[in-house]
Amino acid sequence: MSKQALMSREVLLTGAIVLLLAIIASRFPAFITPGNLANVFNDTAPLILLAIGQMIVILTRCIDLSVAANLALTGMVVAMINVAMPALPVPVTILISVAFGALLGMVNGVLVWKLAIPPIVVTLGTMTIFRGSIFLLSDGKWVNAHEFSDPFKAFPRTELLGLPVMSWFAIAAVILFTLVMTRTTLGRAFYAVGGNPHAATYAGIDVGKTQFWAFTISGALAGLTGYLWVSRFAVAFVDLAGGFELNVVAACVIGGVAIMGGIGTVIGAMLGALFLGIISNALPVVDISPFWQLAISGGAIIIAVALNAQANREKGRIILKRAEHAT
Amino acid sequence: MTDTIRAIPDRLQSPLERRLKSWETLLFAVAVSIFIVNSFTSPYFLNAWNLSDMTFNFTEKAMIAFAMALLIIAGEIDLSVASIIALASTAMGAAVQVGIGTPGLVAIGLGVGLLCGAFNGVLVTRMGLPSIVVTIGTMSLFRGISYIVLGDQAYRGYPSDFAFFGQGYVFWVISFELVLFALIAVIYFVILHKTNFGRAVYAIGNNPVGAEFSGIRVARVKFILFLLTGLMSGVAAICLTSRLASTRPSIAFGWELEIVTMVVLGGVSILGGSGLIPGVVIAAFVMGLVTFGLGLLNVPGIVMSIVIGALLIGVIALPRLWDKWRS
Repeated sequence: MSKQALMSREVLLTGAIVLLLAIIASRFPAFITPGNLANVFNDTAPLILLAIGQMIVILTRCIDLSVAANLALTGMVVAMINVAMPALPVPVTILISVAFGALLGMVNGVLVWKLAIPPIVVTLGTMTIFRGSIFLLSDGKWVNAHEFSDPFKAFPRTELLGLPVMSWFAIAAVILFTLVMTRTTLGRAFYAVGGNPHAATYAGIDVGKTQFWAFTISGALAGLTGYLWVSRFAVAFVDLAGGFELNVVAACVIGGVAIMGGIGTVIGAMLGALFLGIISNALPVVDISPFWQLAISGGAIIIAVALNAQANREKGRIILKRAEHAT
Repeated sequence: MTDTIRAIPDRLQSPLERRLKSWETLLFAVAVSIFIVNSFTSPYFLNAWNLSDMTFNFTEKAMIAFAMALLIIAGEIDLSVASIIALASTAMGAAVQVGIGTPGLVAIGLGVGLLCGAFNGVLVTRMGLPSIVVTIGTMSLFRGISYIVLGDQAYRGYPSDFAFFGQGYVFWVISFELVLFALIAVIYFVILHKTNFGRAVYAIGNNPVGAEFSGIRVARVKFILFLLTGLMSGVAAICLTSRLASTRPSIAFGWELEIVTMVVLGGVSILGGSGLIPGVVIAAFVMGLVTFGLGLLNVPGIVMSIVIGALLIGVIALPRLWDKWRS
């Protein structure tokens, strides 16, 4: 049953996206030209990367509110490395960003795993600590476009088979993590831990360790996005991507990831991110003030979570249903 | 994530010993030592008016923190409180433009707070949605509405007698806000520790299903708690708007984090079921003293947020590390 439900969720969301595009296209046909859709996808690539990491964390019944701060801190670190060592090749910079992001994710993971501190507390705390660290590191100064080396800036915009490298990173991550989630023991462990931690423990899965890896993956993806973001916009500063963690959680919830853990797919997270990405790109086109963005994503989260709850309602014990709903 | 069964000790500690070893005593010691350190590091600290100013750092947040403490003890959370402040403040600002006087403004502030709380409450208790996602959604929605109404503008021109709530002094250096804070603290102390309702809150936090089967109306109690949190956000909105004498949509941005930190620092378990109001009162003073002391030393706000984040993780991690080290 669950597989059917998952399928229908993704089909539903794809339908919603097509409908959304149709409505926009009815007034602004230029919006759905392949070139513009590629632009929208490229704009949404960071959200897709972060949503995949967040989905894995939420699968294990945790939440990572520090992703945007991780992105900004890693972005600042690679920006400052680039300023200090302009000759450093881009692949090395990318490796550094992934490793540093993963390290920050591991901090979250260790606190959740070894000290059993609730993830929301850990990541609220590390969110402010990471942000503050950017200020300490940069002394509040910006790293501006002219200070970066040219290869550093050019890399995410480089076109490969008609799409910028940034988009290819998102596509590669979707494929890679779909394989990880469906074809590896670690991927199945993420589902098992979120679906039923007790059963997972009896099946020989270390719940805390699995959560640790979830945070590490989320951190690594946030670090990678940090480099891509900073190099694409050619700027690094303290408030970079401020509040973006909420968009990431929103993308997951819209994508059908159950906040109670155990349910969600990489494709769903990607579709959720695209849904938000299309809305934010369409608002200026259809001449709605960008100030509507926040309220719209808030409304979308509430509607999506209500739909999620409806979809999961049938399962569970009938007798205790009322009591369970009260919880 | 795993259920623990509390061991029943052979011999209970004496009441005095228990009190000395309590979280509140430790926190009080921390508050006193911060006070002493502050008075040595800055010559401006020990001044009645400066100390009175210091209380504005926490009074408004603490008002919400009391209601939030009850909500967290009952196993729910409300991350939309700061956005409720923004929406209530925007509503009051709009009312000023059409010439509504101070009593009307207060009614509007409290009314919007109650409405927002009711909205959260209905989504969580009637539709059975997880409060963390619902309130992340309403956090965007409520503040989003403020942005739609105000954009990059601000409301000003509050009536002069409205200024009393945030700027008025009842007696010498004792501000109206401080008196209100103390009054609210007493009210919440009575509600949580001296009434059946308070016992129900603990029961729900420890075992919602058990509470339901013991005849506690879980959904109704939780709904009332969301109403109270909304109402307190309305009260805080009145005080803050009066103190700033202007409304921007970014008002009270990020306060939800500081309020949750205050509650957790006060010894309330984020997993629900335990916590005391006096702990939250002391935690409010600790946070006020830390921010004020660092401010006197010219430490920028973002660095203070590192301290707050570290405090949040540290106060939970240290006892757990201590337990690990002893066993």
